[in-house]
Amino acid sequence: MALSGIQIFKLTPKKNCKECGLPTCMAFSMKVASGAKDISECPHMSEDALAQLSEATAPPMKTIKVGAGESEHSLGGETVLYRHEKTFVSKTLYAAKICSCMDDAEIDAALAAVPVVDYERIGERMYTEMIYVNEKPGTDPAKYAEIAKKAAAVRPVILGCKEEAAAKAALDAIADTKPVLNGADASNYEAMSKLAADAGVVLGVSGASVEELYDTVAALEKLGNKNLILDVTMDSIKATFEAAVLVRRTALKDGDRTFGYPSIVNVAALADDAVMQQALVSLFTVKYGSIVVIDKMDYATALPLYGLRQNLFTDPQKPMKVQPGIYPINGADENSVCITTVDFALTYFLVSGELERSGVPCNLLISDAGGLSVLTAWAAGKLSSTSIANFIASEVEGKVKNRTLIIPGKVAVLKGDLESKLPGWKIVIAPLEAVQLVKFLKDLQASGEI
Amino acid sequence: MPFNRKLQKFSASINEVEIGTGDKAVKIGGQNVLPFYSFDGNIGNGAKVGIEISDLGVEGMPACIQACYEGCTSFADIAKKAASFEGVDFLALSLEGGDPNGLNKPTDELIAIVKEVADATDLPLVVEGAKNAEKDSELLAKVAEVLAGKNVLVMSAKEENYKAIGASAGLAYGQKVGAESAVDINLAKQLNVVMTQLGVNANSIVMNTGSASVGYGFDYTLSTFDRVRAAALGQDDKMLQMPIVTPVASETWGVKESTAAEADAPEGWGPVEARGISMEVQTAVACLASGSDAVILAHPVSVSTVAKLVKELV
Repeated sequence: MALSGIQIFKLTPKKNCKECGLPTCMAFSMKVASGAKDISECPHMSEDALAQLSEATAPPMKTIKVGAGESEHSLGGETVLYRHEKTFVSKTLYAAKICSCMDDAEIDAALAAVPVVDYERIGERMYTEMIYVNEKPGTDPAKYAEIAKKAAAVRPVILGCKEEAAAKAALDAIADTKPVLNGADASNYEAMSKLAADAGVVLGVSGASVEELYDTVAALEKLGNKNLILDVTMDSIKATFEAAVLVRRTALKDGDRTFGYPSIVNVAALADDAVMQQALVSLFTVKYGSIVVIDKMDYATALPLYGLRQNLFTDPQKPMKVQPGIYPINGADENSVCITTVDFALTYFLVSGELERSGVPCNLLISDAGGLSVLTAWAAGKLSSTSIANFIASEVEGKVKNRTLIIPGKVAVLKGDLESKLPGWKIVIAPLEAVQLVKFLKDLQASGEI
Repeated sequence: MPFNRKLQKFSASINEVEIGTGDKAVKIGGQNVLPFYSFDGNIGNGAKVGIEISDLGVEGMPACIQACYEGCTSFADIAKKAASFEGVDFLALSLEGGDPNGLNKPTDELIAIVKEVADATDLPLVVEGAKNAEKDSELLAKVAEVLAGKNVLVMSAKEENYKAIGASAGLAYGQKVGAESAVDINLAKQLNVVMTQLGVNANSIVMNTGSASVGYGFDYTLSTFDRVRAAALGQDDKMLQMPIVTPVASETWGVKESTAAEADAPEGWGPVEARGISMEVQTAVACLASGSDAVILAHPVSVSTVAKLVKELV
């Protein structure tokens, strides 16, 4: 169980030496209790106290690393069940599935399709992070290893394989890429655990029920293997949802660390239909899948999904920001009208969406406003005539020839100041709400003002 | 030690609200657990799925949905067709053409459409406003009047016009009222408080706590759902125990992922129909998984897929 600041304070040397960077041992203890500092940052703790504390302050859910080098990803490490309570830390990863039951041409086509989805959204690279290599029971181990090797050349791999010989052959071929061996269950966990431990890779554990999964994890921990991922996929959508929720909730709310591991949900095994898989991947992104496996990642699936994930895993205390700069819309060029707003992502998306709908070519100018909305940024002094004028003078005037600037209706008060600070510019006030922009711009265009 | 299964039991529950009359009437809410947590307790009436049509007729729909309504020449045809799709629990009629900043259709014309649609179907009816508080206070009050006895849900009652809509729909004509607030738990609660002070029965109110497409500020939408449910069930907050109805289609079919034609879209995006359905389905499921009791969708494939998933989960 988590210790309170006072309980931790009792174990500190109480010297107030400040070497941890905080003024007193009490302040340090409070930080440790809240998870902001690690106990090891105090150089004067006794061995005994340290052992006692690191056990008690260990996170309820382990952080597990998969993949090697630049393709390494962290899973788990969550501390809360809802994003508004704190922040979700390890975003859900997605894996595309191939199977040893496919012929060579199908496998090559599926692997070639994996890198197709790869784009940037608000500063984050969006792509399929992993490949799930399923073994059809009875596949020749050498053949399976060959397929795994092909896949590992593209992305980190999850080996979906319950047969010892095939698992060993695949691990021999690709252990250095740090795949996940998703193959342990109640019947084979000892052998699989040994294989995974020898190869230094994460072991995936499954069970026919939540109870069986729990018992197998407990048995694996007894063998000393705590480098695990829990495959919560059951024989129905309902049972899988139940398992995904119970595993996460048992670890975080009830403090039972036997379930304190990341999870895999194999959506490809639950539904064949592509649209149903889209529904399920959304469900298990919201409710507690650390890795979700689908048959194929295409843009239709990815565009909503990565948007959802980005929303879910943002820090609720830090607004999402877009990069300051000039965003040409509807094929705008240097002669197109300029329109400005703040860098708060939600504002940007609303405004740019309406501008696109208007069909009027315009340059959307985004200056740094601290990621706040228009009125908040203005009230905090982050959006002012000075900030806009400076941005335009330094970033825009050299690149855009048009000298009409449309400003948000909510900061109409800036018009006078801007006119004096930006000689040669015509300042126009936009309506109060983004939804009114379409009509506003079309009217301006019709009257020949822009 | 074997697994100790701990249930998350709440003593409070979400209000049960019935919409429509006769065999086809639907109930939403009634559960005392988080969405789809059937392993914890009573899941109530499960989630419901509605299909949206509008006063703009077939022409007002995205091109790929128009194809599903081929041959429909009247609003009655459209309503019957919409009701015939698999998985539809209720019909939602949006009166967006009444928007003074848009087509600004007169109230009489819209009311005629409302009547035609209501007469053409025996499914429960949900009516959404013109996205303009002033227009809605007149328009929706009239909608409640002409549909008296049909037990419809009149949406779009906001802070600015809840008195007119609440008095007509909630008090005079015994309909259900949808309280719409910007994405914020306190605003949602405040509106329920003033609505009940007006005299509207708490059991006649549903909430629309805000909607967004995934990727477009959906973080706020989702956290509002989470927090409303935590307060309603965990703290027995009576002013947040109304079921939530979320219009999804009107958001998702407007974003560029669902509107950009394949020729104009970045390379690899593929046909617009598949993107639009995926955006609608993923947004709807994320809403239902965090707190919505009903979603309003537009594409028949989205409706049948979400309805099928709900069936699997309850």
